[in-house]
Amino acid sequence: MSNISGRYAVVGVAETKVGKRPDASTHSLHLECMKACLDDAGLEVSDIDGFLTNQPLNDAHRSYAVRMANMARMHPNYATDLALGGATPIAMVQNAVMAIEAGMANTVLCVHARKRGTPDPSPGNPIRHGDEHWEEPWGHFSAVANHAFAAQRHMYEFGTKSEDLAHVAVATRKHACMNNNATMRKPMTIADHQASRFICEPLRLFDCALESDGGGAVIVTSAERARDFPKKPVAILGMGQHHPHFSLMDAPTLTTLGGRKSSELAYKMAGLTPKDMDFAEIYDCFTITTMITLEDYGFCKKGEGKDFVKNGRIEVGGELPVNTHGGLLSQAHIEGMLHVTEAVRQLRGNEVEPERQVKDAKVGIVSGHGGSLCMHASLILGAL
Amino acid sequence: MSETSDSRGRNIRKVRPFLEELEAKPFWANLREHKLTAQRCNGCGMFFSYPPQGSCPHCLSTDYTWTQLSGKGKVYSFVNYHRAWHPSYEGKTPYNVSLVDLDEGPRLISNVIDCPVDQVTIGMPVEVVYEDNEEYTLPKFRPA
Repeated sequence: MSNISGRYAVVGVAETKVGKRPDASTHSLHLECMKACLDDAGLEVSDIDGFLTNQPLNDAHRSYAVRMANMARMHPNYATDLALGGATPIAMVQNAVMAIEAGMANTVLCVHARKRGTPDPSPGNPIRHGDEHWEEPWGHFSAVANHAFAAQRHMYEFGTKSEDLAHVAVATRKHACMNNNATMRKPMTIADHQASRFICEPLRLFDCALESDGGGAVIVTSAERARDFPKKPVAILGMGQHHPHFSLMDAPTLTTLGGRKSSELAYKMAGLTPKDMDFAEIYDCFTITTMITLEDYGFCKKGEGKDFVKNGRIEVGGELPVNTHGGLLSQAHIEGMLHVTEAVRQLRGNEVEPERQVKDAKVGIVSGHGGSLCMHASLILGAL
Repeated sequence: MSETSDSRGRNIRKVRPFLEELEAKPFWANLREHKLTAQRCNGCGMFFSYPPQGSCPHCLSTDYTWTQLSGKGKVYSFVNYHRAWHPSYEGKTPYNVSLVDLDEGPRLISNVIDCPVDQVTIGMPVEVVYEDNEEYTLPKFRPA
């Protein structure tokens, strides 16, 4: 099979205003980003022939993509929901590429909106991962705890400290302060992080992502067609996925995750290495996730994340700017959809606030991570 | 907030095991007799992990035997919950949740009890204790 690196491109992106959107339901947020994304690409609903959504947890309609398509009177030739947690937005872009490569669609709209910042009364039951009855009887309830288990192991194996994780939170907040569409825009210090309360020890409040309302969308088409669109297209250079376990009860390790293999596959497809990346948008549901993923992606050796994230290295202007939009920690938690849109906008080169624009950004990598540290997807994007 | 709803008014299920789960019925029945058991493959000899399943995760054989474990293990990782996600844990924080690697191989998510939360360590040897209530018995662990 021939390498498809560079043969497909993102030609439209959009994000809604994020934070608290009490008047908008999950499906309204979807429609809002669909419209904004079509406008960004200069397209009409009728131009879209492929459509992908991320099955929302709280708006549990079956066949969500077809429902949302119908709400816009879109009649796609290819549609489905994906369910890989925070790895889904990247998986949507990958599936869009596959659908076009397979000849099932030409122009694929991928959308994900989320409603966790304010209530979204829904008549259905929320979707759960399904094994709660092997966790909850012992008082185990949350994603925070799953990641706290990993943080505890990272601390045990490599001597990482809570203060080291603070550097991730502080750098991410710095970028959010430069983003007009970020929820948390008050600067944070290491001391602020250390003074924040434990949620699930060893993780503190400021190690945790926000709960947000909002959404994002991207449109994928062939690189050949991409040059006819109004905005500068961004090429899809590398793609990978890897899913090493499901429950923490069968995780072989908690300090090397699916990101290692997933990124290797993406680098291989792109013919690039970690050194070629101008920036990285790293799924950051918790600070420890950023640190482990930076190691898994080969930006430093395993266990050296605690030093890598210091001294401005992961800030705009540093060696590898990470989460230039403020991430899930400080911009908004849309399960990584905005990591994808941010990477595209960075590579367009003239869309984000100038103070957080990565200079001469040509290539960037995006990570998605989901479930109980069990699902991973990687995407390498490049300026065309 | 109440037993059946959280602070956002969303329904919360009771936090109990699902005793009707087909493959897991022997696990819960054996615990009633204070026996901690796991499925062991009669094909390759390996232990299954939890939750129980219909065929061996290592060789896909459907021929297995519920086998009593020593009840001894080591803490692989642990956390201290400082927030109560469920009303039944209000006033009980901080409490420990641990990943316990049993000597025979399977891992359980459980609690280390009879030990201050700040004394639990990775690698700490533990042994099973059985916590009985009216409907079911939960395996928990104490320092060995």
